[in-house]
Amino acid sequence: MTQTDQYEGLMAETVMMTGANGDWINAYLARPLGAGPFPALVLAHHMPGWDEWYKRTTLKFALHGYVTITPNLYFRAGHGTSEDVAAKVRGEGGIPDDQAVGDLAGAMQYVRALPYSNGKVGVFGTCSGGRHAYLAACRAPGFDAIVDCWGGRVLMMPDQLNEKSPVSPLDYTKELNCPILGIFGNEDKNPTPEQVDQHEAELKKHGKNYEFHRYDGAGHGFFYDHAPAYRQAQAVDGWQKVFAFLEKHLRPQRF
Amino acid sequence: MCTMIVEKVNIEGSGKGTTGWFKLEGANVSFDHPFHAPFEHALNIDFVNESQGTSARVAVELSEDAARELVRTILAVLDQAEAGGHLSMSDSIARSA
Repeated sequence: MTQTDQYEGLMAETVMMTGANGDWINAYLARPLGAGPFPALVLAHHMPGWDEWYKRTTLKFALHGYVTITPNLYFRAGHGTSEDVAAKVRGEGGIPDDQAVGDLAGAMQYVRALPYSNGKVGVFGTCSGGRHAYLAACRAPGFDAIVDCWGGRVLMMPDQLNEKSPVSPLDYTKELNCPILGIFGNEDKNPTPEQVDQHEAELKKHGKNYEFHRYDGAGHGFFYDHAPAYRQAQAVDGWQKVFAFLEKHLRPQRF
Repeated sequence: MCTMIVEKVNIEGSGKGTTGWFKLEGANVSFDHPFHAPFEHALNIDFVNESQGTSARVAVELSEDAARELVRTILAVLDQAEAGGHLSMSDSIARSA
């Protein structure tokens, strides 16, 4: 973190970027001011959409020295308030996995090409964003670290598969080529602790570099400080784990 | 989405949204994360007219108990209306309009 006698500044704005299928979509980009080089992060927003919590989280990572981009994964659903757009997507049964992976890969390429990038790019997501982040880390070569916070439906049963989600994300585990941090609440129903066990077993089976942390007294979305799900002590510890992991893998010169 | 449990139904009627009344064309019924209700998951109903944009939406987010009680109440009211001979009258008014 910046010392009190140091200059610091942030810049944040909406940008346009190339997503899946060459589509032009918007994204929220925040970055520390200065020449860098800075590590970068791609955020996969959650089911409630490209909302204020995700924009605040984009700023939070930038404050910690990461060039951070959060693509609007619901761009194609039209425009309006983030809730109205997310409600439309919810009514449509979500977005196609391939599209989410393509958008997140496009965001990775965008930030890696910036002149102040150190070349390292991680991906972070919560809820459905944790699932999309996992899919992207497995399927889009080039991510250097992934943080999956309580991603639901990483393990899918055959009767849950459909046109938009034709493959259970867990089945891509063999293709994961970067370290993964998992943050989970033991009172979560999606994923359940048993599903987290299965996820961990799959990572172990394939010899992946993983680090899972599970919190008692916490359920789904316990980082969400605007919601009843928030659990202060668990969230503070969880954020510490997130930043320690990212510093280790995206800014290795400090170690 | 986290549960992905959603059903869409075509409906007739009107809804009052943030900019006033609009014609309803459908309802999206889901059991998934709500935006406002203090539950991990809720029974969400979005009454919508997608041809008028994403803001043409009347939203409710209900607990499971509230949703089940609402369904029972709606059916009870319709049963009373039918018993009183009102349903056919409403239908004839709608047809003549």
